[in-house]
This record gives sequence, C-alpha cells and structure tokens, in this order.
Amino acid sequence: MAATVPPTADEYILETRGLTKEFSGFLAVSNVDLKVRRGHIHALIGPNGAGKTTFFNLLTKFLIPTRGAIIYRGRDITPEKPAQVARAGMVRSFQLSAVFPHLTALENVRIALQRALGTTFHFWRHQATLGVLDARARELLELVDLAALAGVVAVELPYGRKRALEIATTLAMDPELLLLDEPTQGMAQEDVERVTALIRQAAANRTVLMVEHNMRVVSTIADTITVLQRGQIIASGSYAEVSRNPQVLEAYMGSADTELENAH
Amino acid sequence: MRLTAVAYGLLALFALGVPLLGIYPVFMMQLLCLAMFACAYNLLLGFGRMLSFGHAAFFGAAAYATGWLVTAHAWGPGAAIVAGVVVAGLLGLAVGALAIRRQGIYFAMITLALAQLVYFVCLEAPFTGGENGLQGVPRGKLLGFLPLKSDVVLYYVVLAAFVAVFLFIRRVVHSPFGQVLKAIRDNEPRAISLGYEINRYKLLAFVLSATLAGFAGSLKALVFGFVTLSDVQQSTSGEVILMTLLGGTGTFFGPVVGAAVVATLQQYLSDLVGGWVIAIIGVVFVACVLSFRRGIVGELAAARWLRRAPPPR
Ligand SMILES: Nc1ncnc2c1ncn2[C@@H]1O[C@H](COP(=O)(O)OP(=O)(O)O)[C@@H](O)[C@H]1O
Ligand SMILES: [Mg+2]
Repeated sequence: MAATVPPTADEYILETRGLTKEFSGFLAVSNVDLKVRRGHIHALIGPNGAGKTTFFNLLTKFLIPTRGAIIYRGRDITPEKPAQVARAGMVRSFQLSAVFPHLTALENVRIALQRALGTTFHFWRHQATLGVLDARARELLELVDLAALAGVVAVELPYGRKRALEIATTLAMDPELLLLDEPTQGMAQEDVERVTALIRQAAANRTVLMVEHNMRVVSTIADTITVLQRGQIIASGSYAEVSRNPQVLEAYMGSADTELENAH
Repeated sequence: MRLTAVAYGLLALFALGVPLLGIYPVFMMQLLCLAMFACAYNLLLGFGRMLSFGHAAFFGAAAYATGWLVTAHAWGPGAAIVAGVVVAGLLGLAVGALAIRRQGIYFAMITLALAQLVYFVCLEAPFTGGENGLQGVPRGKLLGFLPLKSDVVLYYVVLAAFVAVFLFIRRVVHSPFGQVLKAIRDNEPRAISLGYEINRYKLLAFVLSATLAGFAGSLKALVFGFVTLSDVQQSTSGEVILMTLLGGTGTFFGPVVGAAVVATLQQYLSDLVGGWVIAIIGVVFVACVLSFRRGIVGELAAARWLRRAPPPR
C-alpha cells in the first residue's frame, strides 16, 4: 500500500534508534532500530522473554530507556511522560487485560472520551453531563459487540469480553499509532477472528504495532514482521521473508526444519 | 433502592428529633463530627485508594486554627471555621504533593511522618497552649445572630453541615472528576495510558479530603469548647481509619455507621470499663476485619445485591 508513495520524512510514524533497556546488567532490549511505516500493521514477534513487552513499555514511557532515542512523528519523544505520549496519539493496550473493573463497560469507554470535554477536574458537576458522550461510547461498544453489555460492571465480563472492551477503550482515544500487546492471547477461536477483523478495520486509517503469538493472525494481517530474540532484532520483513529465515526458525523451534506456522 | 430511601427517611426524622428524644446533643454532635471526618477520609481511601496515616493533622490543624482565632482574636465562628478549613486545605496540598509521589505503604509513611511534624508544631508553637491545648473556646454567634451557645442550635448547625458534606461527597464521587478518580483507583497504568496525569487527580482528591476533615475538626473545636493535642495525635488518625473500615470503605454510609459504633462504644463503655475501651474497640475491629472485610454497610449492600437477579454473563 505505502509502496507507491515515495519515501518522505513522514513515511515512518515511529522510529527507534539504538533503543536499549538494561535491568541490573541484563539486557532486556538491546540496541533496537525499528521503523514503523505509517499505515502499516506491523507485528512484533519473538519467544517469551524476548523483550517485546519491555519494548512497548519503553515506547510508551512506562520505562525509561538506558540508551537510545524514540522518534514519533518526526519528534524525539524520549524525555516525555507516558500520559503525554498517549495524548500525542500513541496509545497502548496491555498484555494482561486492563479495564477499570468497577466501572461499567460504557463508563470504561467514556473515560477515554472524557478528556475531550475538559471537565475531568470538575468535582462539582454531575456525571450526567457526561451523557453527551454516551452515543459515541455505544458506537465503540457496538464495534466490539458489547453494546448489549454496556451497563455491566467490567469485573463481571468474561475474559474475552474484557479484552474486547479494552480494545474499544483504546480505539476511543482515536490513536494514530495503536500498540497492542498480545490482543488475542487466551481468547477462544471465534473471539480471535473477531478481534483480528477489528484490528484490520481499525488499521484502515491508522498504524498498528502489535505483539502477537498467533501466527495465523500475524500471517493474515501483518504488512511487516519484526522478530525479536533476547532483546535484539534478528529479522524483519514480510511474512514470507521472515518465515523462511533460518535464524527465526531456530529461535522458535530450536531447529531450522520446522515450519513457523506451528510456532507459539 | 426503596429500602434505602426508607432508611434515609427514618434516619432524617431521627436526626431532626434528637433534641426531643432526650439524647445528649453534645454526644450527637461529637458523633456527627466524627462521621464527617470519616466520610472525608473515605473519599480518599474508598474512592481514591490512598491510605493516609496522618489525617488527624488536617482535623487537628483546623481545630487549632478555629479555636485560636475565636479565642485569641475574637473571630466569629463562621469566619473561624472558614479559616480552619482553608488551613486544612493548604496543609493537605503540601502533604498531598509530597505523598502522591509514592504509592501504597510508602505513601502512608509519608503522610504519617508529615502528620508527626504537624503534631510537634502544635506541641511547641506559642499559640497552641502546648500540653494544655486551647481551653474555653467560645462558640459565639454564627453570622452575628445565631447563638451557638445553645446546644440545640449548634446541634442543628452541625447536622446541616454534616448533611451538606455528605451530599457534597456524593456529588464528588458522581462527578466527571469522580469517574476519573475511580478509574485511577481501579487501574493506574491504564488511566495513564489513556492520557491522564494521574497525580493531579490524586492531589485534588487529597486536598478535598483534607479540607473536609478540617471542617470536621473546626466544628469539633466549637462543640467541645477546647482543642487538645489528642486532636492532632496519631491515635486520632488511627481512629478514623478504624471507623471507615468498620463501616465499609467505598460505601457512602459506611463511615457514618463506623463513626456511630466507635463513638457509642467510647461513650458508654468508658464509663463501665475505663481504659479497656481501647482494647475492646481493637477486638471489635479485628473481628470485623476477619469476618466481614467489606465493613458493616459493605456487607449489607453485598447481601442485598446477591438476592437480586444474578448479573448477566
Ligand atoms: N521490571 C523488570 N525488572 C527486571 N527484569 C525485567 C523487568 N521487566 C522485564 N524483565 C525481563 O526482561 C525480559 C523481557 O521481558 P518481556 O519484555 O516481558 O518479554 P516478552 O514480552 O517478550 O515475553 C524477561 O527476561 C524479563 O524477565
Ligand atoms: Mg510480553
């Protein structure tokens, strides 16, 4: 898709330069140079402990990098704070489901919409004034098939529905760059398909960087795949390229003969 | 819900009729001050999940400020209460700004340390009366005409103040700010990832809680006519935690019930068993925490909720 566009300064929405995170001598993320092309679905894969979540935490400033720089939309955001990065349009989901358990599904989504009203500090106003956001919140819930459960407190939703709610909340931010950490993990097959379709739909007008273990999902929707192992990039490219890379097969299966299709 | 409305109605009737029922109004006023203090504390703990070990600092500082202004400077009670509340709010801003940089037990320890500091200031400062505290604090006339010297008049003033604070806290919890506060309580990283500078919201909650705690302290100074070191003491901070947990954190009425239980036990048991009352309250507290963790009102609400239709899956 982006191949027809000539390379320009804003061809890449996100770029990391020599990004490194050391945990008391242990290199969880090591010298990672990654470029995420605007409009792409970019998958980040790699065995458990490869440093994928740590990398996400660095991008969203939940962790301070030991070395390296993060360039988002042509701007160095390395010194910024996590909430600032989120407001700039880079919004993440979490590997373990992250909802507000004691708020209803509708309220969960509304939290993401609420900042736009500029009344988040108004403790004297009634929350009924947030009602103007309900229509939009319901639309987003509809998107993930949760409209019927809008009034249910999130803690009572089954796991797959919680993850769907999390995606709806993330989308409510209308992010330019969506970071998803294993969005289909622990989901039943039918939920996986629903979420995959949703990600594809959401990616129509934004960029997605996702950590994903399910190779079927990755092979169907990812434009680019980057493979991380022990904190380092060992391969990057299309699914066809990456899945034939012997180093990748080795990393996944300990043998170069097996197909990546079964990897987990 | 109808049951709740009836309960509130009966309670309102009882509260209004207290002077006719022959109940000692000073005891009821003490109870209302403690209940207001506990409600203020619950705003922080129940809805902001911030555990403060130093809330007596705000309660006591406001009590001292109000008591000193009416005693030494002949301020009217209204202005002195406002001043006390402002002092508590500013103190809350200072303590909160330092404490919210840390979480959980570290947060609690910072509030504890700063509250100790306030305690020592109250002990050493020239205008607080040292070990004796401030005695003979006059109640004066509210707004220049309402004679608070009458226990009955003051009782209705304190009752009105309590109801106002109770409704105010409900509003805060049910406000756009309350929504964000509950979100932060539920999941801090998630709230950050949605673009919220969570510390600012926590600080506002802290200041609101400190301010209302101060209101309770200022009223108490007028009700009893004295302010002593026990109002800023660690044990008072402990008492408010106890009342809140006992009644049920995160419920609106829990802290009121907790305050009523603690105040009643103190009032009636101390005549019978003297100093043992502290031990008895301690035992009641442990029994509560072990057998019903949600507190009295929390457990009642949970029981009613279970009897209703099960939640959709
Ligand atoms: N806060 C931390 N302190 C120390 N080590 C950590 C921390 N977070 C992650 N690690 C380590 O960094 C490595 C990468 O972890 P992670 O990024 O969670 O991997 P992945 O998401 O790819 O499975 C792991 O070995 C993990 O134990
Ligand atoms: Mg991970």
